[in-house]
Amino acid sequence: MNKRDFLKDAILFFPAAATLQALASSAEGSAGPARTPSDYDATKHWYGMGIDVDKCIGCNRCVEACKAENDVPEEPFFFRTWIERYQIHANGETTVDCISTREAQPEQAAPEDPTVVRTFFVPKLCNQCAHPPCVQVCPVGATFQTQDGVVLVDAERCIGCRYCIQACPYGARYLNPKTRTADKCTFCYHRITEGLLPACVEVCPTEARIFGDLKGRADRLVRFHRVNPISVLKPDLNTEPKVLYAKLDGEVR
Amino acid sequence: MSDGIPASLHEQLSHQLSQVVGFIYPNEVETQWAILIVVYPYITGIVAGAFILASLVKVFNVVEVQPIYRLALLTALAFMLVAGMPLQLHLGHPERAYEIFMTPQPTSAMAMFGFVYLWYLMGILLIEIWFEYRQQLVLMAQQARGVMKGIYGALSLFSKDVSPEAIAFDKKASKFVTIIGIPSAFLLHGYVGFIFGSVKANPWWGSVLMPIVFLMSAIVSGIAMVMFLYILISLLRNEKLDMRCLDRIGLFLLVAIIVDFALEALDYIHRIYQSEESIGILSQLVSSRLFTSMVIVQLLLGMLLPLLIIVFIRITRVNEDVRKLLYFTSSLLILVGIFSMRWNVVIGGQLYSKSFRGLMAYKMEITGIESLMTALALLALPFIILTVLFRLLPPRWMEKNAAAAVP
Repeated sequence: MNKRDFLKDAILFFPAAATLQALASSAEGSAGPARTPSDYDATKHWYGMGIDVDKCIGCNRCVEACKAENDVPEEPFFFRTWIERYQIHANGETTVDCISTREAQPEQAAPEDPTVVRTFFVPKLCNQCAHPPCVQVCPVGATFQTQDGVVLVDAERCIGCRYCIQACPYGARYLNPKTRTADKCTFCYHRITEGLLPACVEVCPTEARIFGDLKGRADRLVRFHRVNPISVLKPDLNTEPKVLYAKLDGEVR
Repeated sequence: MSDGIPASLHEQLSHQLSQVVGFIYPNEVETQWAILIVVYPYITGIVAGAFILASLVKVFNVVEVQPIYRLALLTALAFMLVAGMPLQLHLGHPERAYEIFMTPQPTSAMAMFGFVYLWYLMGILLIEIWFEYRQQLVLMAQQARGVMKGIYGALSLFSKDVSPEAIAFDKKASKFVTIIGIPSAFLLHGYVGFIFGSVKANPWWGSVLMPIVFLMSAIVSGIAMVMFLYILISLLRNEKLDMRCLDRIGLFLLVAIIVDFALEALDYIHRIYQSEESIGILSQLVSSRLFTSMVIVQLLLGMLLPLLIIVFIRITRVNEDVRKLLYFTSSLLILVGIFSMRWNVVIGGQLYSKSFRGLMAYKMEITGIESLMTALALLALPFIILTVLFRLLPPRWMEKNAAAAVP
């Protein structure tokens, strides 16, 4: 190959590689090149999360990662995300507990309960509703929906009236005792606008959480939505959640 | 483990967590709206109720109630001046409260509170009281000396005209303000009901009847408060009560209780009959956590017992002293009953999980901002304000004797 041919190929190769990489990263829905906020266009995204209920093993790593990443108080009264455990008994009864409120993980597995016929874990977080009741009730507009579909709280403006906490049907909000303002999951907005994944998704060992962009054509979340039977929590309240659960049991509220 | 959260909060939440029955969402341990938010609708309810009682005189010409007209207006004002305080104290950032006026969110029921409150206080109550007292204030400014002369002069806004035409205008203006005042009083408290009734996430609150139930219970509590004060003041001052007036207030109270009872009963019958998803946990809530405050205090002691007492008075026509005592007892019972009703709505709505699988607990703090002491102080404050208002603006039925003394 002479110098001229090499340059000719290089001119073709580099843009093509960049295009392929961009396609791959959008297909992956993650780990794209780090973007600066200045070239981030919020109108081009509509974020959501998929939860594959069958894949969650209840390791609680997402909860710990979330608390560390977002400076959530460690006390077991404040959660941006948490894991619920459902146990279906032979007589049809269901018992539920929250494994994230435990002070420490049990060393040994609990003795097997013969009446339990089925058990599963359900990760919960803010549903980033497309039609959010919390935004509707905020008296000062401190909680708002971004153009890319994430519901955020402006801690500089929030007056701490707690009306949004009352209005949330999912118990996803709390009053942060340090800032005295309402607080909740942001989908790690500081990360996703940089092309990174939310902390809980990043650490999940079984890929039970799929973060993605519902506007992205070849996005993982779009594919997840297409191939799985999807439910959302409390659909009768018409909040239009963007956290999509695959294979969700009807017992879960 | 401590992450810099206040020790008292940690202790309260740990205790509340230990009292949880069944499953709740983990963030639900904290009672977001506590005792101060119970006090708030209680106080605004008394304002609206007292005003509506006063308006009966002006708009519907119920002459028997004339003796308590001014008392009712001043009661409304005294409670109105305190109505915003529990909200202000409750905020995480009280210093940002002005944001509700500066950048109100039009979709928020709460954002409208500031405007409804200001409209009612400045646009209705103060104007009506001013027209009602103007003539008297002008006369008092003429008679008084020193500082009081200046105060009465300022209160009358330095008007001097006491000609028959001017007084006729006062009457007309006062009637006009009352006519606007009635829907405004309905708005003030109906809207408080809407704050709760519009929360679809909470089936205990989310009822279309909520504003109207709040309104009727407001009227009940306002009438009961004026009745209570009327009897109490006459006892303290050793003055004779106008029994015709008291019986008439008793009649209004009876009607208001019956309507209130019917509305609340309708609400519960509707819930039980429709038997929606939440009915299981709500029945559990009423039969356990709220049994004392709802079934015993609100329903039996605060509603049915006073109802029976007033019916008894009307049927038997016992003598005046017994009647006074019975009215006094029923007004007190009703005031306690309506307070429990506010408690059962506000706190009750936060004692069950939105997962419908468990019950929470609320442990009231004794001291601190959101505490029993603050609540008691806020409930006592209107009575202190009222004492000052009585000194400044004597109600007519007391002033009669004084007027007779002045030639």
